[in-house]
Amino acid sequence: MSSDDIRTGLAAILEEVAGVLPADVTPDKSFTDDLDVDSLSMVEIALAAEEKFGVKIPDDELANLKTVGDAVSYIEKAQAVA
Amino acid sequence: MTVGFDGTTTGAGRRPDVVVTGMGATTPLGGDVASTWTGLLEGRSGVTKLDAEWAAELPARLAARLAVEPTHVLDRVEARRLDRGEQVALVAARQAWADAGFRHPRLDGPGGPGGPGGPGGDTVDPERLAVVIGTGISGALTMLGQQDVLRERGHRRVSPLTVPMLMPNGPAATVGLDLGAKAAVRATVSACASGADAIALGLDMIRAGSADVVVVGGAEACIHPLPIAAFGQMRALSTRNDEPQSASRPFDKQRDGFVLAEGAGVLVLERAQDAAARGARPYAVLAGAGITADGYHITAPDPEGTGAARAIIAAIRDAGLSIQDVVHVNAHATSTAVGDLAEAKAIRAALGEHPVVTAPKSMLGHLIGAAGAVETIATILAVRDDVIPATRNLDDPDQGIEMDVVRMTPRHVTVPAAVNDAFGFGGHNVALAVRKL
Repeated sequence: MSSDDIRTGLAAILEEVAGVLPADVTPDKSFTDDLDVDSLSMVEIALAAEEKFGVKIPDDELANLKTVGDAVSYIEKAQAVA
Repeated sequence: MTVGFDGTTTGAGRRPDVVVTGMGATTPLGGDVASTWTGLLEGRSGVTKLDAEWAAELPARLAARLAVEPTHVLDRVEARRLDRGEQVALVAARQAWADAGFRHPRLDGPGGPGGPGGPGGDTVDPERLAVVIGTGISGALTMLGQQDVLRERGHRRVSPLTVPMLMPNGPAATVGLDLGAKAAVRATVSACASGADAIALGLDMIRAGSADVVVVGGAEACIHPLPIAAFGQMRALSTRNDEPQSASRPFDKQRDGFVLAEGAGVLVLERAQDAAARGARPYAVLAGAGITADGYHITAPDPEGTGAARAIIAAIRDAGLSIQDVVHVNAHATSTAVGDLAEAKAIRAALGEHPVVTAPKSMLGHLIGAAGAVETIATILAVRDDVIPATRNLDDPDQGIEMDVVRMTPRHVTVPAAVNDAFGFGGHNVALAVRKL
């Protein structure tokens, strides 16, 4: 899966869970500061991403995923390992 | 100068009059106060059959569902973070807030309700704004739904929103957050008296000076196989499954239990002086509250209605009213065999036989924690408009009722003051007294 596909998939999750407009989901955006995603929604997004992309996102990794770009590259690497 | 509870103008230290300046509701009869009130005056039933597969084996296969789905009113993302009980509380609270003429901190533009260029809109200092919303078992749907997730998919799939959705203070907290209330956010939990209990607590808070505006009410949404099975095991529910619109029949000889309903009612309380100063037009005075406990049984009412009668008398005293002023009683009457009889005894013991009584659960079903709030709204409109809705399905009044219960068509009569009863499992009795401005 290309990083663009992952970003598009992530945007769909963000729209469903937090009402974020897909166009706003760009790599530089911070989940909390720019997209107004709270800590509870972040857990929901991680759960949905695990299902959608077939990866595991442990809590200590989740804490490091500050931006959309962080999440996309983590998922890309995790998929490559799987 | 303060207007005292006895209607006289007195110096400082006397209690202020507390008025209701806004009301909102979403019920089985309609998605707002106006449609609910019209439904009550028309004698419509909000009860329908439960056709879902999950209901097939249940003894009671009927319920009073919301007329308007809250998810059709609320923003999608907002709604998905809320339990259904929180959703209905939010819907009713926003209506009440706008009805009172206040500006929503987020949804309304600077022009007030309706956005920029709207009809104005007052603001409240957030540290002087409180919310009190009660519930019976709001959150049950989330608890039960997430139990299914846990069992079928494991703990990693349980929603991180589960706790804020299942907590019984959730409806109060949801509304408090939405309106920006920072004086206090409180939740009363006294089963089917919770909504009325919340109104009584709000009245206390204004009288005590701990807030200038209190948004009060009740919310409930628990139509699900477990609560229906559980109430059914208590033999508390009507099983008149083939005639849903005739199932809820308070005071009737053939009554066989209540019908579970869902919805919310919310009111805005403030001092009469403050309402007048900002040019608000109150509906009525919330004149007094009486709260007692039966001390008799965990669920059965005291058959003599002693605790209920004491609550009614306490409310009238608190309101500074005479028994003759109380022309109307909006009864709790749920359509159970023992409850309705005990309440009839209580009303007669406290007030005699003159009050004109109605039983709105004959149309609404039993809104549990929202009942006392929605029915107080109906009581207030009866006092304002001098009309009392008829009790539906009262074909043959039972022995022991012996009261002037309105039947067939609404009664037009001058109502200077009225009492709303609300009782709850646990022996909770709440009576609220309302009078004309």
